[in-house]
Amino acid sequence: MSLAIPRDRPAGGSLPEPPAGAAGSRRLNQVRAFVRRHRLAPYLMLAPALAGIGLVLLWPLAQVAVYSFQNYGLPQITGAAPTQWIGGSNFTQVFADAEFWLSLRITVLFAAVVVPLTLIAGTLVGLLLNQLGRKMAAVVSTAALLAWAIPPVSATVLFYWLFDPDGGLVDWTLSRLPHWLVGNTNWAGFNWTTTGALQAYTVLTVLVVWQSFPFIAVTVLAGLKTVPHELYEAARVDGASPVRIFSSITFPLLKPIFLVLLLLSVIWDFNVFTQSFIITGFPGNRDEFNLSLYIYDKGFQFPPSYGLGGALALIFTVILLIVTVGYVRSSVRQGALT
Amino acid sequence: MSSATRSRRLRAMSLNAAAVVVAVVTLFPIAWMIATAFKPSQEIYSLTPSLLPAHPTLGNFRAVIGGQASGIGTVWLFFRNSLAVTLATVLVASLISLLASVAVARFRFRFRASFLIMLLIVQMIPGQALIIALFLDFSRINLVQSLPGLILVYAAQALPVSIWMLRNFVATVPRELEEAAATDGASAPTIFWKILFPLVAPGLVATSIFSFITAYNEFIVALTFLGQQHSDYTLPIYVTYFFNRGGAQWGPIMAASTMYTIPVVIFFLIVRRRLVGGLVAGAVKG
Repeated sequence: MSLAIPRDRPAGGSLPEPPAGAAGSRRLNQVRAFVRRHRLAPYLMLAPALAGIGLVLLWPLAQVAVYSFQNYGLPQITGAAPTQWIGGSNFTQVFADAEFWLSLRITVLFAAVVVPLTLIAGTLVGLLLNQLGRKMAAVVSTAALLAWAIPPVSATVLFYWLFDPDGGLVDWTLSRLPHWLVGNTNWAGFNWTTTGALQAYTVLTVLVVWQSFPFIAVTVLAGLKTVPHELYEAARVDGASPVRIFSSITFPLLKPIFLVLLLLSVIWDFNVFTQSFIITGFPGNRDEFNLSLYIYDKGFQFPPSYGLGGALALIFTVILLIVTVGYVRSSVRQGALT
Repeated sequence: MSSATRSRRLRAMSLNAAAVVVAVVTLFPIAWMIATAFKPSQEIYSLTPSLLPAHPTLGNFRAVIGGQASGIGTVWLFFRNSLAVTLATVLVASLISLLASVAVARFRFRFRASFLIMLLIVQMIPGQALIIALFLDFSRINLVQSLPGLILVYAAQALPVSIWMLRNFVATVPRELEEAAATDGASAPTIFWKILFPLVAPGLVATSIFSFITAYNEFIVALTFLGQQHSDYTLPIYVTYFFNRGGAQWGPIMAASTMYTIPVVIFFLIVRRRLVGGLVAGAVKG
């Protein structure tokens, strides 16, 4: 692509000849000439970004990969024992560990429940926003904006309080519901966070869906605004039901948006760390670890095993990268690189 | 009244009813947080809880500001830390990503496409996968237990999405403007600051939203880096510490979370119109 551009001129014309009257020092002019001759300007402008991304994202990733094949731990850091390459033994150890499989199962099941719930709730609210009058739409979208804006730590602590066994509103309400509606006095003082993984992840499901549906709703709404009105009017004249209109018009037209939202939701819900850290009361309740908590446990609970942590982190990254490839492909197909 | 009007009214009414349900369900937890923050403790643990405090009090906020409730200092200290980290992150990330986005939007060079794809991929690398290596590296260069270390990490983490978003804004600025200025003899820095920069400024605002949220909400790196260094805690780590301290202090804890939440809510309300377009392009979540 660079062949199309004449050699004596930088591509966009952003870096023109310094005017003859500008009395820069000769050295400076030499540097400028060098930059221009070798067309270094874009690389120089990229350098700080590349340095930052390299230092904080790529280099640590490479190191994690290295650790995963070593016996790296505290003795190796203090120099008490040598660092050794130990082949794939960290991985065999991970795969033989029941805790790994439990945490993987929890991670996958949680995403399998939360992703569809979030997408459905968000899409429904997006469709609703599109139908409402101006005032009502403003009320609903402001409410959604507030839930979206709340920092994860605030939201998590708040939901912990709502589900607290001592004075939490959820247990109080459940214990007073009529019998036919699951109400019974056993709910009083029910501990959602330590009873088991199912209970803790029920709280997390409610919390994460509540926090994530606004983004889906707003994105779907933005997509809906691009659908021409005439299509809907024609369908309505033909007497199509709302479900039919959605499945024959809205969904096919917004399919690219839904695909990106699906992939992003999978990645995000695989990644839930802050919320699960607080709700499961890390580092207690090991049977409530998801993959993120399990990695963190291996890296930072005494005695740390950076080798095992690295192996886990690598497995986790590979799983997410597989999903990311889907995201990148659909972005590129939509012309993201132009 | 014709049946068509009646059915239209019925439809509008049921839609509005659904809207009210959605709004109430969405707002209720937030209302409960704020209400708890204003309740005296006998009302918080009352056997007949009510949303509105019967005897509203500022006692919880006083305990948070005084510092005795958390035991590690006044909330203002952590506000100061969070604000410093957030503003520095926004500044550094904006500057670096502006340069990079001009490079990818204005120049055709080798590895341009690879660079863009790399951005898409690295923004997906989960923080919990990198945290072990990041912590060990930054310990070696003595940047843990300090705010500059956090700023460095946050700014770099914000770069992929920021560059990706900004380059769209740069691409919308007509090239002819720059070329005209160049023929009039303007130097490259002049063109950059006097022509490109003002036109890209709205895009910088949209980008700042993303880096602001990244830095203000970030949890895992701050948790790991700051450790027991209480005086450097950012707000989310302070709230978590406070929460873990236990002792049934829900009033003060909710007061602290409310205070932590207010700035970001105000920020969202101010920038709400830019949120949709910008964030959809950038794909953001805390």
